[in-house]
Amino acid sequence: MLDADFFRRWMTVTAASVNREAERLTALDSPIGDADHGTNLQRGFTAVTAALEKEAPDTPGGVLTLAGRQLISTVGGASGPLYGTLLRRTGKALGDAAEVSAEQLAEALRAGVDAVMTLGGAAPGDKTMIDALVPAVDVLGDSFAAARTAAEEGAVATTPLLARKGRASYLGERSIGHQDPGATSAALLVAGLVEASGE
Amino acid sequence: MLINVPETVVADALRGLAAAHPELTVDVENRVIVRRDAPVAGKVGLVSGGGSGHEPLHGGFVGPGMLSAACPGEVFTSPVPDQMLRAAAAVNSGAGVLFIVKNYTGDVLNFDMAAELAEDEGIQVAKVLVNDDVAVTDSLFTAGRRGTGATLFVEKIAGAAADEGQPLERVEAIARQVNENSRSFGVALSACSTPAKGSPTFDLPSGELELGIGIHGEPGRERRAMMTSGEIAEVAVEAVVEDLQPRNPVLVLVNGMGATPLLELYGFNAEVHRVLEARGVPVARVLVGNYVTSLDMAGASLTLCQADEELLRLWDAPVKTPGLRWGM
Repeated sequence: MLDADFFRRWMTVTAASVNREAERLTALDSPIGDADHGTNLQRGFTAVTAALEKEAPDTPGGVLTLAGRQLISTVGGASGPLYGTLLRRTGKALGDAAEVSAEQLAEALRAGVDAVMTLGGAAPGDKTMIDALVPAVDVLGDSFAAARTAAEEGAVATTPLLARKGRASYLGERSIGHQDPGATSAALLVAGLVEASGE
Repeated sequence: MLINVPETVVADALRGLAAAHPELTVDVENRVIVRRDAPVAGKVGLVSGGGSGHEPLHGGFVGPGMLSAACPGEVFTSPVPDQMLRAAAAVNSGAGVLFIVKNYTGDVLNFDMAAELAEDEGIQVAKVLVNDDVAVTDSLFTAGRRGTGATLFVEKIAGAAADEGQPLERVEAIARQVNENSRSFGVALSACSTPAKGSPTFDLPSGELELGIGIHGEPGRERRAMMTSGEIAEVAVEAVVEDLQPRNPVLVLVNGMGATPLLELYGFNAEVHRVLEARGVPVARVLVGNYVTSLDMAGASLTLCQADEELLRLWDAPVKTPGLRWGM
């Protein structure tokens, strides 16, 4: 079972990997975006870890709802509302339980991903974070490691796609051949589950 | 770059804005710029905002006759809902607040969230989306047309209507009318460098230009060998006029992207004037300068707004902001 400590670790290790990979995320965002994805997420997850230390929510749902609110209040751009909504809706779906199973987390994350699709209007194949998240959620009930692999493969598979949402969509055909930075950061978030569980 | 460190670029600029303009209340920590006399009794509040790097848009357009408040985000990054909520609360006199939102995914999402929060606090909010950029063609398969130069027309004209004491639904309708009657097209002669990256966001060799660019350093739809000012004017006017099909006289904005000298902008305006005349499009008013910029990008955009008598009257009304000032 997964308790609030696990979810705090998930957010902390994600913050660390966002820090490590910030330059790469920003570099991916240069040819098809505006070269700030890494910087923006760094600012957001730094605020998340600070808020979690200060407020110390004691349920999995409480941790993710607080994290989502922090991202909405600090990131800006499209990533802030989208990542914020993902975590907030996932947290709300987990309710007040002190511990949740991996299956419950998979189900809650699906609700979070659905909320992101509704908010941003993106579908699988539009070259967005959804292309990493949907395949990951599909196998999350099996193992976190399987979800990590699915998310990473989903992110890599955005390279040949034509962007249909967000700033990259303005480039039309010229968006083809670049890996989507949002799908790449979404894969980092999923990979954080493996690291947090010590698998 | 003339900066301290990339992390403080926005805050440093806000401190400088505050020092230069005591008639504005600049909240550096919370990143909100407000008319010092807000809320003005009985007046609709006008709030806009967006990523920084487009100055004087939006903070430079706060003042009598234009915006009530502006929310600057990080460079090229939409501000967050907390800023917009704070701005809405500061300018709401009870007559409601109009959010003027450029059509970018981030701006739309954050302003939508802010509108919900403001309504929860009992503030009546209306929203107008600015989407004037004709370079984005197949709107079905993109995030839709971008908001660019027309934002200035919307903020000025809706601002005049609000200052006259017109009610929220009327100010909203006027803002919508301005947007629907405006189209823009932009050209880049060089890419821009964001403070965080420190180098150009895309590679544009000298001797080439990008047609159909946005205002965030993103490349355009097409690259061509360098053209003369006259040739660029022909492409830009054709793109805008074909889409707008103006029947009324037009307001013209010849807008510099940040690194193109006024000497060149006025020369470009002469060419725009020539092409408009040849096409039989009458010109009502002209504004030339750097208003909706993209950091240090070289290039220009053309915005036309077809204006009836009422819009012209509101355009001519007095305005007193750091970036736009006449009649008072």
